[in-house]
Amino acid sequence: MEAVFFWVLAVALVICATAVVLFRNPVTNAVCLVACLAVQAALFVTLESNFLAAVQVIVYAGAVMVLFLFVIMLLDVREEARRTIPWVKVGGVGVVVLAAGLGIPRLIEAFPSAKKSLHWGEGAVSGSARDLGMLLFQGYGPLFLATGVLLLVATIGVVVLCRKDPEV
Amino acid sequence: MIFSEITLGHYLALSSLLFVIGLAGVILRRSLLIIMMSLELLLNAANLALVAVGRFQGIPDAQVAVFFVITVAAAEVALGLAILVAIFRIKKTTAADQLAGLRF
Repeated sequence: MEAVFFWVLAVALVICATAVVLFRNPVTNAVCLVACLAVQAALFVTLESNFLAAVQVIVYAGAVMVLFLFVIMLLDVREEARRTIPWVKVGGVGVVVLAAGLGIPRLIEAFPSAKKSLHWGEGAVSGSARDLGMLLFQGYGPLFLATGVLLLVATIGVVVLCRKDPEV
Repeated sequence: MIFSEITLGHYLALSSLLFVIGLAGVILRRSLLIIMMSLELLLNAANLALVAVGRFQGIPDAQVAVFFVITVAAAEVALGLAILVAIFRIKKTTAADQLAGLRF
């Protein structure tokens, strides 16, 4: 059953990722990327990381992709559709991808490890928000604060970059 | 055998495949917007590898690392798109091959 889930999700993920790279219309690319991120959230669930799956959907598929779609709205999306396809580059990358794909079964066999249990502590539900929060604030408190500073700096930077007249 | 039992190798193979697809996007596409979307694919491939290794080796701290990666990626996207909009205001284009202002 678990194997069926994995294979369905893996095929969906690869198809969505390829669609992100190949389609010409930026809106289509963005929607395919949303599908990609949702499928990856499902893969996180199969890896018993439930809270991360929720964060993936809320932050990535929600906030980040809305940002992308807003910027697509601001830009001229018809410009991209008019360009020609660089067939030489496409061929070169295709050959490299094919060569890499042939090595995948060997890569799979190189890591035959069985699942170990995660050491979340006593009475913990694996991958829940509570467990991850305990882990985060017990061992990574200063790093968490630094991330907050980073987000503040990024916000100020975006506001400064997007002002119409930088002199004022 | 290889289809019925899912091991760490399966997740790492999927992650590397996702990384290769994203890298192809970065190399092939000329629109800066699509290049940034492909960068998101690269980050997600790394996230998947981190979660998978953490799960199979029994290290819950890997999920904390993924948490930080998602946060930094959100900041990166916000700043990158702001730079993109600023470039579009000045140059009226987002094609990477037409931004040759630094070329010698």
